[in-house]
Amino acid sequence: MSAALIAQVALGGLLMGLVYAVVAAGLTLIFGLMDVVNFAHGALLMVAMYATLLIHRATGLDPLLQLPLVALLLFIAGVAIYRGLIARTLAVRVNAGMVQIFVTFGLSIFLVGAAEFLFGSDFQSINNTLLGGRTFALNGIILPLPLVVSGIVALLVFLALALLSRTEFGRALEATREDHEAVALIGIDRDRVFGIGWGIGTASVGIAGVMLANFYYIAPDVGTNFALIAYITVALGGFGSMFGALVAGLIIGLTEALTALFIDPALKQIGIFVIYLAVLMVRPRGLFGRL
Amino acid sequence: MAGAVRGTLVARRRRELWLGIVVLVVLAALPFGVGNAYLRGLIVLTLLYAGLSQAWNILGGYCGQISLGHALYFGIGAYTSTLLFTRLGISPLLGMFAGGGLAGFAAFLVGLPCFRLSGHYYAIATLVIGMMAALLAANWDFINAAQGITIPFHGESWANLAFRTAILPFHYVMLAYAALIWFVAWLIEGSRWGFFWRAVKDDVAAARSLGVSIYPSKLAAAAISGAATGIGGALYAQYIGFIDPDSTLDLSLSVLIALPAVVGGIGTLWGPLLGAAVLIPVQQLSVAWLGSAAGGIDLMVYGALIMALALARPEGLVSFFHIRASRGATGHG
Repeated sequence: MSAALIAQVALGGLLMGLVYAVVAAGLTLIFGLMDVVNFAHGALLMVAMYATLLIHRATGLDPLLQLPLVALLLFIAGVAIYRGLIARTLAVRVNAGMVQIFVTFGLSIFLVGAAEFLFGSDFQSINNTLLGGRTFALNGIILPLPLVVSGIVALLVFLALALLSRTEFGRALEATREDHEAVALIGIDRDRVFGIGWGIGTASVGIAGVMLANFYYIAPDVGTNFALIAYITVALGGFGSMFGALVAGLIIGLTEALTALFIDPALKQIGIFVIYLAVLMVRPRGLFGRL
Repeated sequence: MAGAVRGTLVARRRRELWLGIVVLVVLAALPFGVGNAYLRGLIVLTLLYAGLSQAWNILGGYCGQISLGHALYFGIGAYTSTLLFTRLGISPLLGMFAGGGLAGFAAFLVGLPCFRLSGHYYAIATLVIGMMAALLAANWDFINAAQGITIPFHGESWANLAFRTAILPFHYVMLAYAALIWFVAWLIEGSRWGFFWRAVKDDVAAARSLGVSIYPSKLAAAAISGAATGIGGALYAQYIGFIDPDSTLDLSLSVLIALPAVVGGIGTLWGPLLGAAVLIPVQQLSVAWLGSAAGGIDLMVYGALIMALALARPEGLVSFFHIRASRGATGHG
């Protein structure tokens, strides 16, 4: 096994890890803001991938150029889900935590069912894209171009989220996260902040969906595995920590790739699980968790 | 004052037990009113899930530890009794208790590290351990990996707990199982342990200050819950006649075990049965009626039902009958 091959696999793993990190970013943002674990997160990734596929079929617009459009669509979907469902769960006085889990879980089943009904359960993919089939080569290391660009887009998403925290809205977000009740006294509309928080969280997963649609198959249950990895990423990085999601995503992507290379591709997730459980034994609240 | 509280508590528990006996008698008579074989099978499955969900409820409801990995204990029960029968010829009547014991021990082992975690960290850790077991089982040749195991059939027999044509025996087997786990939950509600667990669920700090040892309490709840789930897994294996990692260890099964208790009323005696009586028929019938004609609609119906029930009845279906979750001293209203 040559050093170049190992480096190539490791780099590929880190790039995939950046995609995992973006999926986890949306989850951890919503959790950090309002303590809600969104079990429909994977289904929303799937929705973004189908949206990309349909727009591509209808207009021929390349997935990469669809980024702002699908992100906007998913933002609107996130706000709508907050208004229609999540705001109602916040009004619940008993078993609020369970109600939130099962409302988002029910939404997930509903969305997967809707996709199966509308598009069937066959695997689909988008061909003839700008990035498709191309590779990026450097010093004997060859990487698929869609993966490289996905990694770059993922870093840009994290940069945007970091810049967001410096804006007026970012400060309102932080204040609402600190104390849901007190912010009303200084004129912050809690419902509006939560709604936009959901919008940004689902827009992030939407961006991940567009990038994945460039090189990954599209099917109704495609989100399940990504969601599972996102929950592990969030728990590993620490619930509510954006930086934790980024670091944990990279660790998971790398672990997955190296387990597949050195042990067995069929067991690549076992590597992730072992690393996650080992870290949690030492740090019960993840690497950078505050909550 | 304390005497009066004790008096109403004892009276309430006696009422629950009588109600339990009445429900048991009604359910025992039920097959004689239902001629349709498909509906009878549906009732058998509902009773199984009522028992499984009550088993989950012992840890998730009474002790407040939301496990998303109970399929692991179900799978251990199913595989243990099946392997004991196919490899050593030991009757599942004994095998199910071996499976239950092993599952309870596994739940204890999982609890050792996981009960150091709280809230979502605990839930995700149990989910990950469950997924890990499913993945390993699918690659473990000794237990036939992903191909699964077919249980050989040597004729209808109570000794081997094997019935292929008659549904009635399994109706009573599953009813006995659901009733047994219900009775365990009833015993726990009135026991010292039950009060400990509810105290742990309601307020960990307060429970600790009253001298409840949190960690051993959770481990005991996990072991009982895991063992009860394992017995259910063994019964499922006998009922279906075939097991593989997909049907006995998958994450979706972990959710399906928890869901009836949550929808019916978490931490209540009747929640799991009520939840199973609504969810299992809806799920099975929507697959049967809608699944083949237009794939996906069955899932849409099921998902919409879960959302609607969770929002409309956050206390669970038991609230239709004015039953509240029994709590420690912090009961609300």
